[in-house]
Amino acid sequence: MPEALEPRGLVSEKGETEGRYFMRFTRAQRYLHVALFTSFLGLAGTGLPLRFSESIWARHFASAVGGFGAILFFHKFCALVLTFAFLTHVKDLVTRAFFHHEKGIFWGSTSMVANWKDVKDLFGHMRWFLGLGAKPKFGRYAYWEKFDYWAVFWGMIVIGFSGYAMWFAPFFARFLPGWALNAVLVVHSEEGLLAILFIFSIHFVNTHLRPDSFPMDMVIFTGVESEEEFKTKRADEYKSLAAQGKLEARLGEAPATWLVNFSKGVGFTAILIGLVLLVLTLTAYFG
Amino acid sequence: MTANTLNTRVRVFPARSTRDTCHSFVAQQSTILEGVNTAARIIHRAILIALLSGSCSAYALQKPADSDCLACHSDSTLTKDENGKQVSLFIDQDKFRHSVHAGALNCVDCHADFKGYPHPDHPARVQCETCHTEQAAGLKGSVHADGAEHPCTSCHGDAHSIFPKADARSQVYPLNIPRTCGTCHGNDAMAKKHGLPNVYPAYMDSIHGFALSKEGLLVAANCMSCHGSHHILSHKDPQSPTYKSNIPKTCGSCHAQIDVDYMAGVHGKAIAAGNLKAPVCTDCHTAHAILQPTEAAFRMQSTPICGSCHKEQLSTYRDTFHSQLGALGGYVQTARCWDCHGAHEVLPASDPRSPVAQGNLVKTCGACHAGANLSFVQYQPHANAHNRKLNPALYFVRMFMNLLLASVLTFFVIHTILWLIRSRYDQIKRRAANGGTHA
Repeated sequence: MPEALEPRGLVSEKGETEGRYFMRFTRAQRYLHVALFTSFLGLAGTGLPLRFSESIWARHFASAVGGFGAILFFHKFCALVLTFAFLTHVKDLVTRAFFHHEKGIFWGSTSMVANWKDVKDLFGHMRWFLGLGAKPKFGRYAYWEKFDYWAVFWGMIVIGFSGYAMWFAPFFARFLPGWALNAVLVVHSEEGLLAILFIFSIHFVNTHLRPDSFPMDMVIFTGVESEEEFKTKRADEYKSLAAQGKLEARLGEAPATWLVNFSKGVGFTAILIGLVLLVLTLTAYFG
Repeated sequence: MTANTLNTRVRVFPARSTRDTCHSFVAQQSTILEGVNTAARIIHRAILIALLSGSCSAYALQKPADSDCLACHSDSTLTKDENGKQVSLFIDQDKFRHSVHAGALNCVDCHADFKGYPHPDHPARVQCETCHTEQAAGLKGSVHADGAEHPCTSCHGDAHSIFPKADARSQVYPLNIPRTCGTCHGNDAMAKKHGLPNVYPAYMDSIHGFALSKEGLLVAANCMSCHGSHHILSHKDPQSPTYKSNIPKTCGSCHAQIDVDYMAGVHGKAIAAGNLKAPVCTDCHTAHAILQPTEAAFRMQSTPICGSCHKEQLSTYRDTFHSQLGALGGYVQTARCWDCHGAHEVLPASDPRSPVAQGNLVKTCGACHAGANLSFVQYQPHANAHNRKLNPALYFVRMFMNLLLASVLTFFVIHTILWLIRSRYDQIKRRAANGGTHA
């Protein structure tokens, strides 16, 4: 198959494939990401002053926005937005899997569920880091992207549950043991801290700031990526789509300039806020 | 004119001083003639003095009458020069007539060294203790014992217009006391000199000061209510009402029920047993700046006060939502120490009357958490996640979370750094090759 692909690629570079764009994310998925990161930034921004309530910046921030009452209100508001986004996603999964009988959601090369190839890719990737082997050819979702997804999925369940347990403590106390009421704060704050540290350092670098995507991977905002990018980043998916002749079905339109610029504005703002929060977290944690 | 000025040495009188004119009429006649009005007055006095002098020998045997003194001292322009400053020697009869000493005392009863005329240029210090023996005795052992710095008049005011303490004009009338004491104790220079805090502004802004100055409540605590009046002792003196172990009684003289509650609690018992480490009223409420306990500032400042002894409890409290919420301000309703433990009658959890006794927890927690039940109150507001024996479940939850955090971050930080280095290396190496920037 690679042999068959090569000449086609060469031809296309000069001809019709020049400047082709391919769909990666649906509109709903892009909106979900926006809902996710805006509410997450809000939750992080209002959660961190609580987690490090003794630090000076936390107190200054709290007094600037009207004290804890305002912080808690905003935190709960963002929590509701995120909960809604999460439930929308779960509903989408259930609909696609059980009503539309969409294949490949729970297993296969297009699924978010980890498979044996991911394990091989992980080790292969690390061998490549050390110069011990060739770079693996990734499928639709690479192993670190799956980890990102499940980390957020698990994180929302854990943080969400512990958060609601604190919000409605007397209700949760009906079926939770006493010590769990103590534990939920520890779980909520530690898992929240993990999410903040992970997203604002690992996710930012892996997805946006690494040399391949620097300064930002626009695909999550525009939904499309250039053929060249598709081919290099997800060689395996590109190949198998080409082999199946489904490549054209995924063709999309080049993103409008305004959308690219607007997305850059939003994206860089989010990254900037995240990095500021990361620095504040690290100074408070080690300070 | 105060006792202080009476006691001050009178220096050389300038030629034009009225007093001088009065006393040395003949010698200063030429000066007197300078003004017609003055001359007329002086002639009048000269006649009077001539008459007095005529019967001088007989007069000297008798005490001078008030009218004799007032012959000169009723002149409102009568002054003497004291260190270049004109000091009035005028006695306002109207005021004196209403003062506490009017009718009972004549001038020479106090100015006992004035046997006749002419009287000494340097009058002796008036000895109030001649009559006020009890007060003088009290003052003697007090912080104000130094009579030169603290003459009676420094508190009681002008010696010739001292009013009964129940009279609103008195400087020691309850509503006037803070101002009187504040003359010195509201003075930064004085506070610095004696190493005392400038407590006057703090008091005036306190609930006591407010009740007194704004509401005019006679029962509001003024300086005297706590410190006493003549026999004021340092708070370090075990006899002082402001000595630590005496404070509950001092405050309790008004706040009687709180005193009873406090003495029944662990802190009161400790103080009664002579343990001076236990907190008394002022440790939480402060002595002068006393805030309303419902005020945000008080709720914010008090937890660390309890924590200055109960360190472990403060540390575990800080790990909880109660503390984290409160620390950010603007949300001070979250539980502070005394919201659960009680403020005055603090009892150990083993005491069934204690609000933190097992049987009372639903009610205590329920004060804020509507719907608190037996399961809810198993929450431990002082759980220590570092203590495996006391809080095993919490200990392992925290350990699991920390391990998760550390392992995920460690793995991915290494993974990401290696990736970054390798990608950049590839990018530089194959810049011109197929794949462009996407190495």
